[in-house]
Amino acid sequence: MLEIKNLHASVENNEILRGIDLTINAGEVHAIMGPNGSGKSTLAHVLAGREGYQITQGEAIYEGKDLLAMLPEERAREGVFLAFQYPVEIAGVSNMYFLRAALNAIRKHRGLDELDAMDFLKMVREKMKLLDMDETLMNRPVNEGFSGGEKKRNEIFQMAVLEPKLAILDETDSGLDIDALRTVSEGINRLRGPERAIVLVTHYQRLLNYVVPDFVHVLSEGRIVKSGGKELALELEEKGYAWLEESAEPMKSGVNP
Amino acid sequence: MTAAKEMPTHFLSSFARLEHQLGQGGDAWFHRVRKEAIGRFAELGFPTTRLEEWKFTNVDPIARMPFHSAEFRADGLPTERLAELPLAHAAFEQRCSRIVFVNGHYNPQLSSRDLPDNLIASSLASAIERNTPSVKQHLARHASVQHQAFVALNTAFLQDGAFIEIPSGVTLDAPIYLLFVSTADEPIASHPRSLIIAGDNSQATIVEDYLSVGTGVYLTNAVTEIVAGENSVVEHYKLQDENEEAFHVATVQVHQARSSIFTHHSISFGGALVRNDVNVALDGEGAQCTLNGLYVTTHKQHVDNHTVIDHIKPHGTSRELYKGILDDRSSAVFNGSIIVRKDAQKTDARQSNKNLLLSENATIDSKPQLEINADDVKCSHGTSIGHLDEDSVYYLRSRGIGAKEARSVLTYGFANDVLNRMKLDAVRVRLECALLARMSGGHTQLEGL
Repeated sequence: MLEIKNLHASVENNEILRGIDLTINAGEVHAIMGPNGSGKSTLAHVLAGREGYQITQGEAIYEGKDLLAMLPEERAREGVFLAFQYPVEIAGVSNMYFLRAALNAIRKHRGLDELDAMDFLKMVREKMKLLDMDETLMNRPVNEGFSGGEKKRNEIFQMAVLEPKLAILDETDSGLDIDALRTVSEGINRLRGPERAIVLVTHYQRLLNYVVPDFVHVLSEGRIVKSGGKELALELEEKGYAWLEESAEPMKSGVNP
Repeated sequence: MTAAKEMPTHFLSSFARLEHQLGQGGDAWFHRVRKEAIGRFAELGFPTTRLEEWKFTNVDPIARMPFHSAEFRADGLPTERLAELPLAHAAFEQRCSRIVFVNGHYNPQLSSRDLPDNLIASSLASAIERNTPSVKQHLARHASVQHQAFVALNTAFLQDGAFIEIPSGVTLDAPIYLLFVSTADEPIASHPRSLIIAGDNSQATIVEDYLSVGTGVYLTNAVTEIVAGENSVVEHYKLQDENEEAFHVATVQVHQARSSIFTHHSISFGGALVRNDVNVALDGEGAQCTLNGLYVTTHKQHVDNHTVIDHIKPHGTSRELYKGILDDRSSAVFNGSIIVRKDAQKTDARQSNKNLLLSENATIDSKPQLEINADDVKCSHGTSIGHLDEDSVYYLRSRGIGAKEARSVLTYGFANDVLNRMKLDAVRVRLECALLARMSGGHTQLEGL
């Protein structure tokens, strides 16, 4: 589904991603872990299409297409979804309007009819129940006045409504209490399926107790320094990131003797 | 910008013609009011940018244009052309009492035939003719000709407008809709004058709507005096959506008695030059005043909103929110003055002005002015000027919403804050449509926003 090859990305000539290689197939759940500043969020936003990054080398091929050449809205319509670490508050625009506009833009792109208000509401109600969300949130402005937990739940709820093929979740577990974490994890697990790939970008191993990944990758200084199965996450929990950064050191000097 | 005082000669000669035409007939007091006003206007002349109150708004183009007075024509506006206007939808039209003025003159054909019988609603001209005591008591007693040149000009040329009197204790179920249409087929000046008197314990909603059907230059110089009796509730809308050559100057002068509640919604979609003065005197204990404003400008339009909230008596509350959306090379002014007099203890006043600049070339001059002479009061004000938040645009785009639509939605959301405060759904929906049409590439998916 997604093949990232030797991806280098900079912000204001400061290289953040220094050669990422990653292959993600439909049906898989990948966890990308790493310390602060390792480039996890940059990778997520580069894939979603945020402006301000220069791609200096490499490529990302999504379903046979050049992902990095597409506009953010085109990526979304093609089935890429990013759950934001810090969801944006949008004054004066209701959640309902926002989500319906988004869904209909995606449906239109896929050649489907736009959903009318009634059908949309029916669908939305079912999905809200899954995430234990208060229905009144739909009439409130997007994320405005939401608690941290409500914002994160709202991201997963949007994902449930938009049904992406490739979902990238950027630190969705940060700042959640254990109840909210369980609800959000349950929501994510329900969206697992053979047609869909999920990338969990996380700082903590805790989420992976609830959403068990197929693969775990460790990102450090803009490179994937180690990949493994779900047991790698436990190892990281136990040992921290320091041992990987140390072991990554010889590789660097090897590249540039 | 020039500083020289423009002599308003053609207005003075028009006045002489008007005097001649009206003769010495009519009521003596009214004749005196007019004479005094033209005398004062001759002294004041048109304001220049040297005056603090007009610093950012140059009215030279108005002073230079040889406007003439509009004559009444029964065929002034065929109903078909009225249908071209972006009026509120039919249900609202049927429910409200409509009084229509064409180029400042009352038009009985276009106005509702049956006005409710629990109030007095007529053209001001006929109320003056009937020698209505309350007209004599209030007309030109609130809007001062002394310092406001355009009020003086309006008063001098005062011919017609709306007269609404809601008797004490009466609650109007349906809004009164005052529609001022300009045909814009010649450079005329109209000076609509309205007087709205809400008796003690009465309640009413009044909509003033200024529209044009043609594209030419003209001047609307409107004055509305509103007298809110004790414990009365008055909701007043002033909507302005005229062609891009139109000059529009309007003064709303409000006098509030004890415990009255006055709400004003001012929406300006702009002509060539629009100036709104809203002056509210909270002249009774516990009066409450809310001013909501929205101005949306593009091309080279200029909109200037000046408001004065004068807390005269104790326990008054005022809430003011004005928002502006400026595109292209347009400009706007917000000058919000709050005065708290020595006796107005326990005043609670809040003011906010927020501006969204959609273009690098748009300019806003925002100036809050607080003058507080009492010591036990709560007063706050805030101003913001900014561009669309790029993070918000990205967030919407990352959900599949196109860049252009994302910008429209965010701009709309910014304005929605003001529109959502309107109780009349029909008016709000009409404004939402007008707003979206204004925004380039405005999409039509409106429901549920």
